[in-house]
Amino acid sequence: MSSMLKKAVTVSIPSVRQALLRSNPVLANALLAKRSYNSKGGVEMTVRDALNSALEEEMTADEKVYLLGEEVGQYNGAYKVSKGLLDKFGPKRVIDTPITESGFCGLAVGSAFAGLKPVCEFMTWNFAMQAIDQIVNSAAKTHYMSGGNVDCPITFRGPNGAAAGVAAQHSQCFAAWYGSVPGLKVVSPWNSEDAKGLLKAAIRDPNPVVVLENELMYGISFPMSEAALSKDFVVEIGKAKIEKEGTDVTIVAHSRSVGFALEAALLLEKEGICSAEVINLRSIRPLDTETIIKSVKKTNRLVTVEGGWPQYGVGSEICAQIMESEAFDHLDAPVVRVTGADVPTPYAQNLEAYAFPDTEVIARVVKRILNKKIGA
Amino acid sequence: MLSTQKISLAKVAAKAFITPLTVRTFASSAARNVSINLHKGSFESYNCDAPALDVEISKEELVRMYKSMVTMRRMEMASDGLYKAKLIRGFCHLCTGQEAVAVGMETALTAEDKIITAYRCHGFTYMRGGSITSILAELLGRKAGISGGKGGSMHMFTPNFFGGNGIVGAQVPLGAGIAFAQKYLGHKAATFSLYGDGASNQGQVFEAYNMAKLWELPAVFVCENNRYGMGTAANRSSANTSYFKRGDYIPGLKVNGMDVLAVHQAVAYAKEWTVSGKGPLLLEMETYRYGGHSMSDPGTTYRTREEIQHMRSNNDPITGLKQRLLEFNIITEDEMKAIDKAARVEVDQAVEEAKASGEPDLSEFWTQIYQKDAGIPYVRGREPEEFHRY
Repeated sequence: MSSMLKKAVTVSIPSVRQALLRSNPVLANALLAKRSYNSKGGVEMTVRDALNSALEEEMTADEKVYLLGEEVGQYNGAYKVSKGLLDKFGPKRVIDTPITESGFCGLAVGSAFAGLKPVCEFMTWNFAMQAIDQIVNSAAKTHYMSGGNVDCPITFRGPNGAAAGVAAQHSQCFAAWYGSVPGLKVVSPWNSEDAKGLLKAAIRDPNPVVVLENELMYGISFPMSEAALSKDFVVEIGKAKIEKEGTDVTIVAHSRSVGFALEAALLLEKEGICSAEVINLRSIRPLDTETIIKSVKKTNRLVTVEGGWPQYGVGSEICAQIMESEAFDHLDAPVVRVTGADVPTPYAQNLEAYAFPDTEVIARVVKRILNKKIGA
Repeated sequence: MLSTQKISLAKVAAKAFITPLTVRTFASSAARNVSINLHKGSFESYNCDAPALDVEISKEELVRMYKSMVTMRRMEMASDGLYKAKLIRGFCHLCTGQEAVAVGMETALTAEDKIITAYRCHGFTYMRGGSITSILAELLGRKAGISGGKGGSMHMFTPNFFGGNGIVGAQVPLGAGIAFAQKYLGHKAATFSLYGDGASNQGQVFEAYNMAKLWELPAVFVCENNRYGMGTAANRSSANTSYFKRGDYIPGLKVNGMDVLAVHQAVAYAKEWTVSGKGPLLLEMETYRYGGHSMSDPGTTYRTREEIQHMRSNNDPITGLKQRLLEFNIITEDEMKAIDKAARVEVDQAVEEAKASGEPDLSEFWTQIYQKDAGIPYVRGREPEEFHRY
């Protein structure tokens, strides 16, 4: 805790902040978020530490919670999310598995059927494709198929979507796939509060929950409110958060894209183009359509942003739900999706940059739809 | 018994897989224990000792075994009829012929032990506490079904029986997980995870073996080898058909799965093995299904009728136990006939009760997708106007 406080002090120095704004817009964005938007309080925490706190707190509170996955124990986590947990809780509760996703995911699900509360880590969600049968057919569907006789209080977690330079097999976003499955809950945190609150909520949830983290966010610091630091802090699954209020257009995003959406909103405001409302979905399933509809009724324009592929994606779902809802009558322009490109992720840096949306792409799209008006 | 009956029984016994040996009854009638010698071909072991061939068992237990197998067979035959009458839809995998495995297992275990299997699960559901009515009603898709009519043939559960699983092989890591939970919670009990010869080659089965051995889980893996994975004979699917040896670093035992007492003995041995801390064990039950893989498979295109008939005549588990009961004067023929009749009545009654149960209420369509109070505001139906708000 004290090391985190020290970190907060150094980052608060204005000159450092200015330098960051120039060199690392994503991080700077986080700082701007602290100053302009919701969270107050002087403590900052990286997403990684927030996840670590969540795990530690929930494992302390409930003996039945345990963590398993590759390298989670002795290695302290492939991405150090589980750092120190083996030391604190011992090998009974922090388990290093062999590289057998199908097997250890099935084992985790079975242990959940039998009364434990496993946190099953996938080193990345790409590897969970080996285990997707257990996630969908065993975890998600069994409560229903058994007429309510079997419970599955399991949490699946790991980094999802784009990383940097890891190419096609290691960069896929699974939000749409898991988001389509009845019986699962799916969450996608953006900042540290999201990460801590959603992971805690997921572990406490008696249903199977998929937690889609993002590797590029692990090292980013965000302010943590007093409430967020509490060991009972949870973020409600199924409720989106309005990160920035606005009047002219609604931008809905999840995970890392929220940061880009906020930057784009800031940019557009500075350029005097528009006032954008930015919604952080936080949950993919259940989807907080109500919050989006309410916002669209106010702004009359909607842009969705995600890192995943365009076809059959999160944005596609939001579009469809908006079309079917009362919000349709309030639209002044068609809904537009900003997504990852419809390609397997390339390795070369310039090509990879072209595969995922960023601030510039979002701002460009928003400007374009501001110029449209239905029926005009 | 009339002398002619005795002779014919002896002839049958001679053909049978068991050779009746002397039975010793204890002086104290209160004990009512019987000691029966199993045929020496009952077990074959791999990297472990075989269980003893003499089984100590009470008369009551033997009669209970008989009753259970007879009732189970009646239940499966009733399901056969209901399926042909088109009252059961979809998949229906019957265990006719394989009764000794579920019954022999149950008598050797306690309620604390857990069992998980694949889709040929009706018999296990019954032995693990599911009522015949609730099983049949589930097959019929009715409200009184053990899963409320929402699961069907392949998805039946009781507090110590985890199904009933439709995806071949997936139940094995699940079972390792249940064993993991038992160890974690300090329960002195074991989990028996069953799979067939067809499933035995699944990668996840080996992944489960590995973790069970590494972490010394109280897991017993049971391969119910009925010689055919759907229509594919074992030697056409498996490079190594010695399923009891496939655990490699896990010791194994091959068992005559048509002999309920051999099953009982092996399962008791396996439970003691794992619960005493020796880690996992593998059992291979050599068994046989008279029916096809499921109700949509006649079961005669990939094996001969002679083979099926031979198994029925010479290896039937119920006939085998019947011979023992009579041979060792456990009960009389008349008492046995009374049990048979009672089983038929019980199953017929259950069929009527199941049929009388209505289909699930439409409101049940929307329930149990998640646990109650899951914070799910609403579920969409087939079109926007069809939905359910919680």
